[in-house]
Amino acid sequence: MSEEKKNNRRDFIFTASYALGAVGVGAAVWPLVDQMNPDASVKALASTEVDISALEVGQSITVLWRGKPVFIRRRTNEEITKAKNVKLEDLPHPETDEDRTKNNPEWLVMLGVCTHLGCVPLGDKGEYGGWFCPCHGSHYDTSGRIRKGPAPTNMEIPKYEFVDSNTIKIG
Amino acid sequence: MRTFKSLLFIFIFSFFSYNGTAAERTHELLNPEWSFKGFFGKFDRASPQRGYQVYTEVCAACHSMKYLSYRNLSEPGGPEFTKEQAKIIASQFEVTDGPNSDGEMFTRAARLSDNFVGPYENMQAATAANGGAYPPDMSVLVKARKGGADYIYSLLLGYEEPPEGIVLDDGVYYNKYMAGNKIKMSNPLSDGIVEYLDGTPATEDQMAKDVTSFLAWAAEPHLEARHKIGFRALIYLFIMTILVYFSMKKLWSRIESKI
Amino acid sequence: MSDHNYTPKSKFGKWFNDRLPLLSLANHLTDYPTPKNLNYWWTFGGILTFCLITQIITGLILAMHYIAHADLAFESVEHIMRNVNYGWLIRYVHANGASMFFLAVYIHIFRSLYYGSYKAPREIIWILGMIIYVLMMAAAFMGYVLPWGQMSFWGATVITNLFSAIPLVGESIVTWLWGGYSVDNPTLTRFFSLHYLIPFLILGLVVLHIWALHVPGNNNPIGIDLKKPSNDTVPFHPYIVVKDLFALLLFLIVFAFFVFYSPNILGHADNYIEANPMVTPAHIVPEWYLLPFYAILRSVPDKLLGVVAMFAAIFVLVILPWLDTSKVRSAIFRPLYKQFYWFLVADVLILGYVGAMPAEGLYLLVARVATAYYFLHFLVILPVLGLKEKTLEVPLSLTEPVLGGSPNEAMARSKKEF
Repeated sequence: MSEEKKNNRRDFIFTASYALGAVGVGAAVWPLVDQMNPDASVKALASTEVDISALEVGQSITVLWRGKPVFIRRRTNEEITKAKNVKLEDLPHPETDEDRTKNNPEWLVMLGVCTHLGCVPLGDKGEYGGWFCPCHGSHYDTSGRIRKGPAPTNMEIPKYEFVDSNTIKIG
Repeated sequence: MRTFKSLLFIFIFSFFSYNGTAAERTHELLNPEWSFKGFFGKFDRASPQRGYQVYTEVCAACHSMKYLSYRNLSEPGGPEFTKEQAKIIASQFEVTDGPNSDGEMFTRAARLSDNFVGPYENMQAATAANGGAYPPDMSVLVKARKGGADYIYSLLLGYEEPPEGIVLDDGVYYNKYMAGNKIKMSNPLSDGIVEYLDGTPATEDQMAKDVTSFLAWAAEPHLEARHKIGFRALIYLFIMTILVYFSMKKLWSRIESKI
Repeated sequence: MSDHNYTPKSKFGKWFNDRLPLLSLANHLTDYPTPKNLNYWWTFGGILTFCLITQIITGLILAMHYIAHADLAFESVEHIMRNVNYGWLIRYVHANGASMFFLAVYIHIFRSLYYGSYKAPREIIWILGMIIYVLMMAAAFMGYVLPWGQMSFWGATVITNLFSAIPLVGESIVTWLWGGYSVDNPTLTRFFSLHYLIPFLILGLVVLHIWALHVPGNNNPIGIDLKKPSNDTVPFHPYIVVKDLFALLLFLIVFAFFVFYSPNILGHADNYIEANPMVTPAHIVPEWYLLPFYAILRSVPDKLLGVVAMFAAIFVLVILPWLDTSKVRSAIFRPLYKQFYWFLVADVLILGYVGAMPAEGLYLLVARVATAYYFLHFLVILPVLGLKEKTLEVPLSLTEPVLGGSPNEAMARSKKEF
């Protein structure tokens, strides 16, 4: 075998060792990273059912879902009209009230988390009669849409459905 | 070196005997062919499924399995019921939840995320209801007994008439695989005690095998993943070892030629 | 050290190195002249470093999911095994990693005994190693308590009760260790805290261990002092690195086999039963790596003296550099010592074996004889042997011939041994 061929073979062995070594280290590191992701028992708690039979018009309750508060509000007619009359072009994050309430305007179900930095906004507060986040002064309207302040988007609507007229299933 | 070899022998010998220290049992354990043993061992889906049926219909009257949840039944690597089947199974049990907005606890049908509902409130209640012998939780039972699956299987088939001279108190039974041969659980299995949904004849041996493989999965739910990843890891290590070996030979050839 | 006058090539490197000589350190570590005749028994230092780091990383992760509370510990371990992503893998690596760590450390220690690596000028390396070994035992013992199974609980009870053998203050010390009148939640939480701390102490000691090693340099199978650097040495990188890596991979194959195919074979089935202060398991046996000491403890019929014997068994190792009076390091040139060395290996294995057996009848007798021989070896045989033994001719270097025999013959012999 010539010197050159020998050298080539040597280089191949070294390169292959390094490459395969890197693959192995990567494969070994993945479990160490993945273990911090939500575990199987956390993922299994993805849905929760809420009894809303006791809720009068104009009242709201807050329930915990995936460790975060969910606001469920039975809105007054006044609030609904107010929300519907807003022009889309006035909104920083245009969404119609119909879309947000799934054509059931009496019930507003949304994640009670300010989209700015995760604080929980206060109800019946703020310049738009909806919610107000005390942390950095974001104002939300009666549909939970951002109107003023640093928050970039409307409060999130989780996946939910009415199991029957008295029960909402979130998640 | 001969001494070294004989020492190695002693070491290996001691190692194996060490694992058998608690072997006061007078009988060799039965050792059926378990599909989940070995390099590629897997559960034979139908067997733990039937085993679950034996567990709920027979064992669950006394034995809890508190570390399992109903969602486990449909997770890969076990009995692998469908998600729908697992939901139906769960809904047959009632769990206490709450407090609700009035501050009261209430009962509801169990969901996939709930843990297995046990027969007793606590260990004391279980002990009191069973003549002073606590029926152990079965979640990790296979790993908690020397001999593992073989032991559980043997025990289930080990009930016999006591040999002459052994007097048994009321509520105590003779089992040739139990340490001390006396057990407070009466023979739980008899032919046909369960009617298998899949039509398999429910012989004592079949039920013992099925429920044992269900319990083996329950104790080690990631066994299949472990075998799969382990095989890949070993293949990888072999190849890597060979590559590094040749790299080493190459590098050291510079040195060794100089000696 | 050979790297006093190292200067980095780049300007920034020089600027940085003048302020924090990390590059000098890296240069020292890569260039570190290592005897070129080191055999595979010398690769266990690297393997042990790997073990320590693996234990620390997997341990940190387990601590993210584990709950140190008597009511929740067992459940949280099951949570790790069932729900946490790859939790089963991480826990099995950690649990079997402890056994692999001890396997490697025993080989490392017995290598040192065979080649006389503990002798001048390496006494401090040896003593640091012994402190590391004792801390390892403490960490392993406390770690075993954390799953709060039956063996955890009763192992903790038995081992902490050792201290009750101390006259007058024994009982108070045990109560203090427990934080109560039995092993209970306060015991568990403090064990967890200490179990978390000790590996970092070990890490610090390992740095000192290696530092102390780099002053005189490695011993080698011939046991002679080498000129460094010289034809007898090679730079640590890449020659020793690649060799250590090869040995590590072989070690990992064994490790992986345990983790993936018999993860519970080195543990006790009883530890999968939740701790119950009302029922003691039929056989209380420590983990395999503590068995020889357990056998020594049980072989003495007196409570206090048993404990004293056990601690003395470790202490004789600490003072070993002064018990062995021979000036010749390697057993290759000490025909008699070589015989006694293998007797000692057998003795320790026998102690381990009887440690796992019930303390009665023949086992107890064997344990007593083996214990007596253990102390005889260190306290009588070694000092006398060093003075009386007629050693073989020791070569002056790995390459230069000496009177009365060629060094290559000695090297060939050393290769054949292993």
